[in-house]
Amino acid sequence: MPTLDMSHLRALEAESIEILREVAASFERPVMMYSIGKDSSVLLHLARKAFFPSKIPFPLLHVNTTWKFREMITFRDRMAEQYGFDLISHTNSDGLRDGINPFDHGSSRFTDIMKTQALRQALDAGRYDAAIGGARRDEEKSRAKERIFSHRNAQHAWDPKHQRPELWRVFNTRLNPGESMRVFPISNWTELDVWTYIYAEQIELPALYFAKSRPVVDRSGTLIMIDDDRFRFEPGEKPCDEVVRFRTLGDYPLTGAIRSEAATLPEIIMEMQASRTSEREGRLIDSDSVGSMEKEAGRLFLTCKLLPILRPTPISPSGLASRPINRFSGF
Amino acid sequence: MTCGSVDDGKSTLIGRLLYDSQLILDDQLASLRNESHNRTTGEEGIDFSLLVDGLTAEREQGITIDVAYRFFSTDQRKFIVADTPGHEQYTRNMATGASNADLALVLIDARKGVLTQTRRHSFILSLLGVKHVVVVINKIDLINYDQQAIEGIEREYRSFAQTLGFKTLAAIPVSALKGDNMLATSARTPWYKGKSLVPYLETVDISEDKSERPMRFPVQWVNRPNLDFRGFSGTVASGQIAVDDEVLLSASRQPAKVAQIVTMDGQLQRASVGEAVTLVLDREIDVSRGDVFSHPGEMPEYSNQFQARLVWMSQDSAFQGRSYLLKIGTQMVPATITDIKFRTNVNTLEQAAANKLDLNEVGTVTIATDKPIAFDAYSTNALTGGFILVDRLTNATLGAGTIDFGLRRAQNLTYQSFDVNREVRGAMKKQTPQIVWFTGLSGSGKSSIANLLERRLTAQGKHAYILDGDNVRHGLNKDLGFTEAARVENIRRVAEVARLMADSGLIVLVSFISPFANERRLAREIAGDIQFAEIYVDTPLEVCEARDPKGLYKRARAGEIKNFTGLDSPFEPPVGADLVLHGAEHDPSILSDELYGWLKID
Repeated sequence: MPTLDMSHLRALEAESIEILREVAASFERPVMMYSIGKDSSVLLHLARKAFFPSKIPFPLLHVNTTWKFREMITFRDRMAEQYGFDLISHTNSDGLRDGINPFDHGSSRFTDIMKTQALRQALDAGRYDAAIGGARRDEEKSRAKERIFSHRNAQHAWDPKHQRPELWRVFNTRLNPGESMRVFPISNWTELDVWTYIYAEQIELPALYFAKSRPVVDRSGTLIMIDDDRFRFEPGEKPCDEVVRFRTLGDYPLTGAIRSEAATLPEIIMEMQASRTSEREGRLIDSDSVGSMEKEAGRLFLTCKLLPILRPTPISPSGLASRPINRFSGF
Repeated sequence: MTCGSVDDGKSTLIGRLLYDSQLILDDQLASLRNESHNRTTGEEGIDFSLLVDGLTAEREQGITIDVAYRFFSTDQRKFIVADTPGHEQYTRNMATGASNADLALVLIDARKGVLTQTRRHSFILSLLGVKHVVVVINKIDLINYDQQAIEGIEREYRSFAQTLGFKTLAAIPVSALKGDNMLATSARTPWYKGKSLVPYLETVDISEDKSERPMRFPVQWVNRPNLDFRGFSGTVASGQIAVDDEVLLSASRQPAKVAQIVTMDGQLQRASVGEAVTLVLDREIDVSRGDVFSHPGEMPEYSNQFQARLVWMSQDSAFQGRSYLLKIGTQMVPATITDIKFRTNVNTLEQAAANKLDLNEVGTVTIATDKPIAFDAYSTNALTGGFILVDRLTNATLGAGTIDFGLRRAQNLTYQSFDVNREVRGAMKKQTPQIVWFTGLSGSGKSSIANLLERRLTAQGKHAYILDGDNVRHGLNKDLGFTEAARVENIRRVAEVARLMADSGLIVLVSFISPFANERRLAREIAGDIQFAEIYVDTPLEVCEARDPKGLYKRARAGEIKNFTGLDSPFEPPVGADLVLHGAEHDPSILSDELYGWLKID
C-alpha cells in the first residue's frame, strides 16, 4: 500500500483552490478545459471543493475530435449529470465536414485541425478570457517555465520571453481586449501527486486507466485498442485480447496502452513508482491539456514519433519507500 | 531556489541533483547521451545542463532565460527548485523565485569569486525575506581544489552578507560536473569539514511557525449559491481562525462572529495558515473581495500611504507621480509613487538620491493608494506585505515591493464614508469648514487675536470654536506634562480634535504655542484635505516676558516652572507660515482684522 504524505497533498490542494477562486473572482468569462483524463478529473474535484456549496461558476469545455474512446464520452456525460456542471462540447465542424481523421491525414495534421484549431474556435466563440488547464510543470522542460497565470495575446500566442513575473501568490490577472489567460492550477503537482491525491480522495476515473482484457493490435510495440469499427487494420493485422491499461487518455487510434496487471489505484501507484520510462511515452501525440494543444514558443508539434514501449519492471512493495519517483520527462 | 551568473553552472548543478536522485528515466538518459556529444561532460558522459535548459532559445544562447520549476525528492524531503537565470538582463526573475523560496542556493564560480551579480542576488534574497542561504562554490575542479582560494571566497561572501539578515548561511565547495561534495563528501577536499550539498539540504532547519502569528484572512470570493447561504472564501494567510471567534473587517471595522467554517469535506472547528476555507458569519455585514478579517486587537494597518522597498522589473523607469495599479493579496487599487527617497546600490548597499528607478534597481519609496488598503509590514507577513505594480495601459507587471510601514497621514483618513459629510455640514452653516492654527510664544497675543476673530465671525453668523492650549490641558490633556514627548502628544491630540471639529462643519481656531516645526507639520498632515492655515504670531520674547499676562515668565525665571518655551525649552520659528502677524507692532484688534481679511471668509 502506498504511503500518503497528506500534509503535502493538502498544501497542493489549498494552493490549487486559491488559484481557481482567483480565476472566478478576476475574470468575466472563465472556462475550464475538461479532457476527461486523470488531471482533468483532479481539476474537476478541486473546482467542486473551491466553490462548495456553490456549483462550479464556469462551464467545462471538452474539445471532441470524435475519435475519443467511447467510454470517455459516457464518463464525461455521467460526471456532468452527477455534479451538475455546465458542459460545452466543441468539434471543429470544418474538420468534420472534410472527414479529417488520424488514418488518412496523419496524426500531426489531424491534431492540428481537430484539437489546436478546434480549441481556438471554441475559445473565440465563447469569448472566454481565461481557460483553466491541467498542465503540470513536471511534464516537460518548456512547461517548467510557464507561469500559473500565463498570458496569451489576441492570437492565442505565448511569449516566453515576456512572461509576467509571479511573486508570492499575487497574480496579475489584468487583460486588454482580445487577450486571454491560460491558468494552470496544478502546475506544482507531479504525476505521483496526482495519483496519490486521486487515491486519497477516491476520485472516480474512467475504467480505461485500470487493467482489463481489451482488444488490441500491436504496432511496432505500441498497443492500440480497437474501440469501434472505424479502425483501419493493416494487412494481416488481427485484434487480440490482452490485459492492458492506459497511462493517458485521448484519441483511441493515437493512444498506446501498456501491458499491465494494475487494476486498482494502489497497484497503479506502485507500478508507476517502479517505472523507468516517462509518462509521455505512451502518447503518440501529446495529451489534451490546454498548453500542449497550442504552439509552444511559436513552434507547432511537427513531429510525432512512435516511441518504444519499455515495460515497467515489477518491483516488490518493500522496495518502494527508498525508490525515487518519476518526476521528469521530455524530449 | 538557485541563483548565479551566466556560466556558473546552475543548470549543471540541478541536472546533477536530478541525476543523482535517479530521477532521469531510461528513455531520457539514452537521448541525453546522444545530445551530450561534443559538449562538456562529467565522468558519466552526460551534459547535465541539457536536462534543464528547455527552450530552444536558451539552448542556442547557452543560458537560461526564465524562471523554471523542477521537482525532486529524497527520502527526507520534497523539493521544488525554482531555477532563476543569472543573465543580467533577467535579474527580475530572481525576485520571482525568491518570493516563494524557503532557501536559496547562491552559485559562485570558483574561478571568478564573488561578483557584482552575487552581491545583487544576495541583496534581493534579503529584500524578499529569504532566511536560509547556501553559497555553492562551484567548479572547484577547475582550480584544482585550491583550499585557500575557496576559503577566501567564503570569507569575502560572509563579510558582505553580514548585514543581510540570513538566519542560516553555509558555504559548500562543489563540482557539480564531477560530483564532488554533492551526495557525499569528496576525498579531494579533505580539509572541508561541513556536510555535502544534498545531505545539508535534507537536514537544514527552515521551520517557522506561522500559525502563531496574528490571524489574517483576505476575502477572495464571496460564496453565494442561494439566498440562504452567504460565505466568504479565502485562504488563511497567517495564524488560526476558529468557530465562535470574534473577527473584525479591516475596512469598516465591523465586528462579527465566525458561525461556521465550511469545506466540501465537512465543517471545521478551526482553520490554520495555508488552509483554503469558506467562512460563514453570525450576522449580515457588508463584505467584499479584498476585505481582510482579523482578530480584534491584532488588526492589520489600514491606510492609503506607506513606505516600501521596490524592485523595478521593467524597461520603462519608475517615476514619482505616475499612476499604477497596485495589487496586494486580493486587493487591487490605483496607486502613485509619491516619493523616491533613495536608491540602494545593490553592489555596495550604499544609498543615493534618485528621481527614478531603472530596470533591476531597488529603491525605497512612499506609495499612496487611491483608497485605503489593509496590509502588514513585509517582515511580519509576506502575504499581506508584498505587492506588485501593474501598468495601467499594457497591464504588464512592472515592479514588486515589500512594505516597510504605514505612514501617519494615511491612518487618519475617514474610515467609513457617510452620506452626510463635511461639505453638507459646511453648506448648512454657509461656511467652509477650516482650521486656523496659531503658533507663537506664551504672551505673544494668540488667544487675544483668536478671541476677537471668533467674536467677529460669530457676529456674522458663522460657527467657530477656539481650542485654547490652557483650556484643553484642563481636560483632554490633563494627563500630559511639559516634556518634549508630552508636548508632541499634546499637539497630536489637539490636531485630531481640530480635525473632527472642522469635519463637523466648524471654523476651528487653535491657539497653541506649538513650538516644534515637526508637530506643526504633523498637525497640517492630520488635517488632510481640510483647509488649514498656519498663523505665526511673531512677538519678541522680551515683549512677551514684559507683558506676562499670567505671571508665568516670572515663575519660570524663579525656577518654579521647568521646560518653559522661550526660556529653557526651544521655540522653532516657522519658516513656512501662511501668515505672520507682528504682535509687538500692532494691537490685537488690528491684527485680527488683518487676519480676517486674509482668510477671506465667505
